Amino acid sequence: MSFEKIRIASIYLFLWVMAFLSIFPFLWMLISATNESNDITKGKLSFGNAMVANYQKFAALFDVGLVFWNSAKIAIVGSVLTLLVSSLAGYGFEVFKSPTRERFYQGILVSMMIPFATLMIPLFILLASFDMLDTHMAVILPTIASAYMVFYFRQNTKAFPPELRDAARVDGLKEWQIFLFVYLPVMRSTYAAAFIIVFMATWNSFLWPLIVLQSVELKTITLVLSSLGSSYTPDFGVIMVATIMATIPTLAVFFAMQRQFVEGMLGSVK
Amino acid sequence: MRQASRPGYRIFYDINGWAFVSVALLLIGTFMVYPIIQSLWMSFHAGQGTMVRFIGLGNVERLTSDPMFLRALTNTFIFLVVQVPIMIVLALVLASCLNMPNLRFRGLLRTAIFLPCVTSLVAYSVLFKSMFSYDGLVNSVLLQLAIIDQPVPWLTDPFWARVVVIAAITWRWTGYNMIFYLAAMQNVDKSIYEAARIDGISATRRFLSITIPVLKPVILFTTVTSTIGTLQMFDEAMNITGGGPADSTLTLSLYIYNLSFKFVPNFGYAATVSYVIVVLVAILAFFQFYVAREKD
Repeated sequence: MSFEKIRIASIYLFLWVMAFLSIFPFLWMLISATNESNDITKGKLSFGNAMVANYQKFAALFDVGLVFWNSAKIAIVGSVLTLLVSSLAGYGFEVFKSPTRERFYQGILVSMMIPFATLMIPLFILLASFDMLDTHMAVILPTIASAYMVFYFRQNTKAFPPELRDAARVDGLKEWQIFLFVYLPVMRSTYAAAFIIVFMATWNSFLWPLIVLQSVELKTITLVLSSLGSSYTPDFGVIMVATIMATIPTLAVFFAMQRQFVEGMLGSVK
Repeated sequence: MRQASRPGYRIFYDINGWAFVSVALLLIGTFMVYPIIQSLWMSFHAGQGTMVRFIGLGNVERLTSDPMFLRALTNTFIFLVVQVPIMIVLALVLASCLNMPNLRFRGLLRTAIFLPCVTSLVAYSVLFKSMFSYDGLVNSVLLQLAIIDQPVPWLTDPFWARVVVIAAITWRWTGYNMIFYLAAMQNVDKSIYEAARIDGISATRRFLSITIPVLKPVILFTTVTSTIGTLQMFDEAMNITGGGPADSTLTLSLYIYNLSFKFVPNFGYAATVSYVIVVLVAILAFFQFYVAREKD
């Protein structure tokens, strides 16, 4: 009996320690943003009053509003277009099965295995030939071609009842009308989960924007943060403010739609 | 089915089918399939711009005598062999603890442990870099607690730099894998555990002979995705250590980036290195599926 008690107590201890370790960098980020750079490096773990000063230093280096807007624009436009294109395709592959299309679909699945490092140079050359380097569209376009999201929507379309579709056909709706007015509203939780996943991925994306975007006025928050972090004399206060700004939108989306996010992740294993 | 045999219906069916998938096919063709083929073509060439010439397997030959490539390959394997098992075991243990009946604050604990995987790779990399800098938080805390008597050169010593990168990836991804296990565990019939408990089987044995076998497909899935993720690691290496010190954390992706955009551009050779990742991903995925199928 006492052994069982020790076991349960040690499980609680283990879980709380792990939870603390998981949250600690976030807490430290919050605390540090209110302190001056040399206090941060000394390991000060109490709130200070340098938050506004840190933000002002950050704002003196970059147009914070613009940086934020760039990230938001790429993430939102990219996500909406990705969802539209890949849900159409997922629906098409599942509802209108044909041997030829199955082969195309298998090709898409195989292309999912190819790492981004293999694509990046030809993509860079391709977008240069379109004369699109150093534009936000160049960041967004390859995002829209998401094999993973086509797979995700096809998997989830299997749960869409065929009776609804047939009833709509009998009622005389065109196929695109069925998609828009029946499928889309019925599948909105699938869309919500997909939106979170794509939004987070595009908001956080780093390597591709790093290659494509050169102009300072086009840079996203991740690029700005990376350049702050790699400077020779880093101002940790400024870095912490930038880290917070880069993290807030994803945290907000996560807490607002936590359930859909987890469901969406698990949707890919089903 | 009767409808499908009518020719008019077939055409209608086909036109709609292609209409729905066309935009995605066009985009994936342009921005995925074409680049894949293009980079394969490039890997047989050397030079730049109009000076490109065919060299057959010359780039592959160069791989074997390129110390920097071998370094990146070794590093990637070290990360793979050390980090993935640590993370998978930790995630399994965490999931089974969180799955304990009557656990208090379950939701809070789960969310806390899951939270790291919501942050951006760049943001947490920069945070870890700051925490582990020579005069940074980790050293000052360890000094104050008198665990060490002089600062550890976390980011300037090859061994410790790898440790920091491994700790960072583990922090970021353990909760992510844990969620898959937790979901799978909730589908396991509780009465099996009850029966085992009544028979006096210990918690460790219940974990090893009930939980693990049931979770095998999910463990396989997370191992494959984690392996592929580690093989492609870029953001952390770039932002925590920049590949250093002495190339001890240089990853394959970072090397490809350097070959293409930092050193004198050599797209053909960079493409060849990138196909090494493709081959590794294919081999490892095949191997892992093979191991999983064998016993069934």
